[in-house]
Amino acid sequence: FICEGVSLGEAVREQHGKDESVHRCRPPDVVVFPRCVEEVSALAKVCHKHRLPIIPFGTGTGLEGGVGAVKGGVCFSLRNMEQVLDLHPEDFDVTVEPGVTRKALNAYLRDTGLWFPVDPGADASLCGMAATSASGTNAVRYGTMRENVMNLEVVLADGSIVHTAGKGRRPRKTSAGYNLTNLFVGSEGTLGIITKTTLRLYGIPEAMVSAVCSFPSVQAAVDSTVQTLQAGVPIARIEFLDDVMIDACNRFSSLSYPVTPTLFLEFHGSEQSLQEQVKTAEDITQSNGGSDFQWARDTETRNRLWKARHDAWYAALALRPGCKAYSTDVCVPLSRLPQIIVETKEDLIENRLTGPIAGHVGDGNFHCLMVVDPNNPEEMHRVHLFTERLARRALAMDGTCTGEHGVGLGKRALLCEEMGPVGIQVMRSLKDTLDPNNLMNPGKILQREEP
Amino acid sequence: MSGRVLVGVKRVIDYAVKIRVKPDNTGVVTDGVKHSMNPFCEIAVEEAVKLKEKKLIKEVVAVSCGPQQSQETIRTALAMGADRGIHVDVSGKDYENLGPLQVSKILAALAKQEDAQLILLGKQAIDDDCNQTGQMTAALLDWPQGTFASEVSLEGDKINLVREIDGGLEHIKINTPAVITADLRLNTPRYATLPNIMDSLMNNETELHKPNHRTSLCVGLIPLFETVAPEDMQGGTDRSGAMLRHTVLQSGKPKRIILSCLCI
Repeated sequence: FICEGVSLGEAVREQHGKDESVHRCRPPDVVVFPRCVEEVSALAKVCHKHRLPIIPFGTGTGLEGGVGAVKGGVCFSLRNMEQVLDLHPEDFDVTVEPGVTRKALNAYLRDTGLWFPVDPGADASLCGMAATSASGTNAVRYGTMRENVMNLEVVLADGSIVHTAGKGRRPRKTSAGYNLTNLFVGSEGTLGIITKTTLRLYGIPEAMVSAVCSFPSVQAAVDSTVQTLQAGVPIARIEFLDDVMIDACNRFSSLSYPVTPTLFLEFHGSEQSLQEQVKTAEDITQSNGGSDFQWARDTETRNRLWKARHDAWYAALALRPGCKAYSTDVCVPLSRLPQIIVETKEDLIENRLTGPIAGHVGDGNFHCLMVVDPNNPEEMHRVHLFTERLARRALAMDGTCTGEHGVGLGKRALLCEEMGPVGIQVMRSLKDTLDPNNLMNPGKILQREEP
Repeated sequence: MSGRVLVGVKRVIDYAVKIRVKPDNTGVVTDGVKHSMNPFCEIAVEEAVKLKEKKLIKEVVAVSCGPQQSQETIRTALAMGADRGIHVDVSGKDYENLGPLQVSKILAALAKQEDAQLILLGKQAIDDDCNQTGQMTAALLDWPQGTFASEVSLEGDKINLVREIDGGLEHIKINTPAVITADLRLNTPRYATLPNIMDSLMNNETELHKPNHRTSLCVGLIPLFETVAPEDMQGGTDRSGAMLRHTVLQSGKPKRIILSCLCI
């Protein structure tokens, strides 16, 4: 322990070398805890001078190994910068520092009638969510981080501080110059350290209704989703659980949903608009062979209805106690979703893998929760091959190898296939311009061409 | 029965704020610090509004004792569904010395003035953790009290209450008028939505009261000597040599338990 703000302790370094992915811990050489952007900038200048890798760290809740210090270096743990700055309720915007998490912000905002709806599940740092372009179950209505970050304060590899939309600016729209804000959103710490983010806020819904419906097939469930969106229903969440997942949830939470593809829906709006939304959705699901349509208005019953979806992760783990769970993440155009899910399920069965499926079906995004024995290298290898096939299957259907989690360590090769050589070259040029010495979170997103 | 419910709402430092002691140790820093409605008061407001929605009571009146800013807390209650607010203006030295005894006298007086059928309060405030106002108010009014309520149902002119106590759950039935204090599991308070907040800002349903008897505020003052922050945590010591030997109970004859700790 050198002084407050710098730590060489093994436990602290290990904490800052891993996230919630399956990638092993890669601890940095030292962890620093800056308290303000001036300290971040000064520390970055030191790292720049001595050519030390810089790894920004928010809450460590990422799913792709983004915080692993593959070449050692200095981890910038930003948790002490935890202020909510500049709330403008009448303009629906707020600026926060990296230590502010999603739940902390919403608790802070609760008296204003506003909230920040992007909900990736974990209680993640909002600046971290900007860095990974996070999304969540609400994206079908409220969008992802790409649509909701208005401005960023970023410290670059040489210590200079840039405001991506101009300092303090927060117009709801702009056409001024290159879109630097969205260059850094999703850059996973490889272009700079995000020290402030200005976010778009929304009114807390007056009322919510949750519903559940079972379907005879994946196709029927997806068709219902597409038709609901086409009918103009501003649905807030549509979550898909396949039969394996529903079975797991039934066992884990002692429920009795029919073991068949199921949709969990949530509607936001005024009392009147909810009635209309629910009626339309119910009609559509019925016309697609949906059954057992249940819905609820009050908080306690809604939570009970959605309990299966909330506990999905644990239900999957409970299928094989002692195993770990790893979540895949691909996204395809809506119309290709039934085909990719059916083919993926066939792949799982053929390769004797446990992979219940949960998906944000309104976005064409789904996750297989791979439940795997970490001490069985053969099975781990089969899972690895499966996830590569899955990503390639999505790419072949005009999709992406990662809908929400980011590229991190594991999907660099897939990114090359997705973007093609010219796309990757453009990305490399940007990286080389902003970080010529490759100090910013090395080993992530882009594969380094070794000279 | 008037069908009127008084709900006490207290403005406290927000639960998420990191509390800091003032350098002169006379209290905690409150300037510029985020304040909001005491979480247990939110639960009380929610319960009152639910009763009104079920048409079991007619009017919800939110009461807060404190300085000008207490009106924000009352507005939050209005946005959650309260009909009217009463702000009892207490500021300066009086506010620093305001405690459960003074507040309960004010609430008792208001209950009589407003002909209240029910007083709903949070079980305690998160700043002083006193857990006294409900009980004192009931005593002053000579009303029954149902404290730590986790379930409330009205049955004619009686109230069925489930209380959370150490031994488990206690079911009681009390007459009205009565005082109820809300515990954590009574309900999940609704968020004040934007349209409701806008409405509460427009509407001027909050009356301002000045406490009539200044002496009632001076009675029972508890002098505050000093506020100190807890000591920083010290590192632990390694007691890897500690041994705990104990003998197993054998056929009815308990043996003595021998403890031996070797600290290396």
